Amino acid sequence: MESIIQYLWLIPTAPLLAAGAGALLPRRRRRLSAGLAIGAISISFLLSCAAFWATLHSGRATSNFRWFDFGTTSVQMGWVLDPLGAIMAVMVALVSLLIFIYSLGYMAKDENFTRFFCFLALFAAAMLGLVIANSLLLFFMCWELVGLASYLLIGFWFQKPSAAAAAKKAFIVTRIGDLGFLVGMLWLYAKAGTHLFYDHGQGCLEPAAAGGLVASTAIALLIFCGAVGKSGQIPLHVWLPDAMEGPTPVSALIHAATMVAAGVFLIARVYPLMTPGALQVVTWVGALTAVFAASIAVAQSDIKRILAYSTVSQLGYMMMGLGAGGVAVGMFHLTTHAFFKALLFLGAGSVIHGCHEEQDIRKMGGLRLRLPVTFATYAVGMMALSGVPLFFSGFWSKDAILDALHHWRGSQVPFYLGLLGAFLTAFYMTRQVCRVFLGKPMTVEAEHAHESPPVMTVPLLILAALAVMVGFFGTPAWPWFQAYLDGGSAGFDLSKLMNEHQLPVMLLSTALVAAGIVWSGWIYGRASARPAREADPLEVAQPALFACVQKKFYVDEFYDATVVRLTTAFARFCDWLDRVVLGGLVRAVCWLALALARLDRNVDKSVVNEGFDIGTEAVRGAGQWVSRLQNGQVQRYLRVIGLAFCGLLILLLWGCA
Amino acid sequence: MTPSLNQYLVLSALLFGIGLAGALARRNAVLVLIGLELMLNAANLNFIAFWRFGPHPEKLMGLMFVLFSIAIAAGEAALGLALVIAIYRHRRTAQVDRFDSLKG
Repeated sequence: MESIIQYLWLIPTAPLLAAGAGALLPRRRRRLSAGLAIGAISISFLLSCAAFWATLHSGRATSNFRWFDFGTTSVQMGWVLDPLGAIMAVMVALVSLLIFIYSLGYMAKDENFTRFFCFLALFAAAMLGLVIANSLLLFFMCWELVGLASYLLIGFWFQKPSAAAAAKKAFIVTRIGDLGFLVGMLWLYAKAGTHLFYDHGQGCLEPAAAGGLVASTAIALLIFCGAVGKSGQIPLHVWLPDAMEGPTPVSALIHAATMVAAGVFLIARVYPLMTPGALQVVTWVGALTAVFAASIAVAQSDIKRILAYSTVSQLGYMMMGLGAGGVAVGMFHLTTHAFFKALLFLGAGSVIHGCHEEQDIRKMGGLRLRLPVTFATYAVGMMALSGVPLFFSGFWSKDAILDALHHWRGSQVPFYLGLLGAFLTAFYMTRQVCRVFLGKPMTVEAEHAHESPPVMTVPLLILAALAVMVGFFGTPAWPWFQAYLDGGSAGFDLSKLMNEHQLPVMLLSTALVAAGIVWSGWIYGRASARPAREADPLEVAQPALFACVQKKFYVDEFYDATVVRLTTAFARFCDWLDRVVLGGLVRAVCWLALALARLDRNVDKSVVNEGFDIGTEAVRGAGQWVSRLQNGQVQRYLRVIGLAFCGLLILLLWGCA
Repeated sequence: MTPSLNQYLVLSALLFGIGLAGALARRNAVLVLIGLELMLNAANLNFIAFWRFGPHPEKLMGLMFVLFSIAIAAGEAALGLALVIAIYRHRRTAQVDRFDSLKG
């Protein structure tokens, strides 16, 4: 434990160095760049595993150092190794490693391959730094770096105007949340006097400091603002679906598995600061987001957008888990979700790759025969996400959340919203799988689709295995994950599965999931046999509602009409102010200076120059006149001397007299 | 009977006046030099007279002074004549009013 904490900083530093080296490589050194990134993330993964191993036996270890002093206060930084960070680090490093390898195949034909791996490594470095940070300040810095990497990668194909716009949107929308985070951070510093999480009893999360600190709900809510922005919760969820303009591995890595989970991780990290009031807000926001996003996903037709809204919805579940159940519940869903959502996105990438960059699910169909490996792994991911019982990780983690909501002290409404979300999730995932893989091919491209190379399918298989297995670490019968995070030990007890607390919830959610799958399968199983041009069966049944959902409840339009329009108007006003008022002032000053300069020039020409000319002429004339006395006649000089002598003599005699 | 101091002084003043008039009026450089010599000797006469009628006539100081002066006057006359000859060789004239190359 002591030795690993000394080398913990290597975990983010290795990919950071790879990113730095990758940035300097010329574009044609493709293999070297990818090799550097993958090698670095492998090192990070091995170190994370070692750190994880160390946390199995002991609790928390920190390593702090003074960054700089100003005045009498000093700013401290450091890193922490505890179960929460270790599990997250292993998850991030593993998913990153698999997605890096997958990108080798997916991005093989892209000419900016080198740049892509440089950005990916930068992202991994920032994310891993965030995970091990022991200071809210360091956390925030990595948080912003993650945002930067996200911006760079969403806009990776910046030639597409939509990608450039999506990158800007993501950056600006998350910045709104980050502003709240920053204010909360400063406020916390003012109250606690430190940004260190753990500092031998002096950190801002530790009871000794918390005793003196009136843990204000406002601080907690401001920090939650940052999480809302980063994790795409209502009302700042609008950037996440647009972020799908980036390359698919990026969507899988950043906008599904890891970065968006950073908001959830933030709340888990500062959990001791969360007051009951703040947790109420977290739960409600999560619940609303979960249902809202899940219902939008039902009516989308872009394969990646469906998954994006699904991510938003699942992040809502994680927030609900944190709010109602605690760190372990939320983090468990985060971990399982990371694996199966990465799997689904990479599967979607494989489908898109196979169908020649087609993303519309209405133009696919019948791909199960043409992409068998992708279909099998995608089905595993879909069942994990939907929460098919017993064998899939999503079931266990979602069930833990629903169970926590059921026993929540607050309202029961989030519980019902959670159940509704579970039903919708099963519904839209089944719809997607039916449209993409079952039925007949709808277009020529779909008919000629081809399976992806092994470099892409092997990560899919590994993720599929993980999506199944991870769930078994947190079942009610063997709650190892929860015990690990809480520092206890878990016993194996099958009877806990059957107790009267958990069983009704499990059965209820299972019934809802089954209903969703069967109903959706019944509708779309028949629909996928019909031509593609035909409208969606739901659209036929409820055209107005479907249009509204398809337009994402007009949230983007609402923001365009209010916030964006106001901002634009204000920007126009500022532009006018700048051009007319400030510009006029500058022009006036410029004109004044010019006039003064002209005046100065004229004074110089007519007064100073003329004056000097006259002066010198006068001196010359006087010299000429005086020089006439000097005529060279010796006798004249003698005469003058004689006269002067006589004059002196007279003066002398006169004076004496 | 020996003449008085005043008589010496009048003589020397007359001598000086004649010398000055010669130096100012004559055109020939040699005659100008002669005028200068006259003025110098008038001064020497003054020295001797003041020494002879002064409080310490026995110490020979005035005599010595005048002897020096005469020696220097000899040098001066030699230098002046040499200059005149040099100028004459150069300009083919000894007229003082023709020497005006030092005018401003």
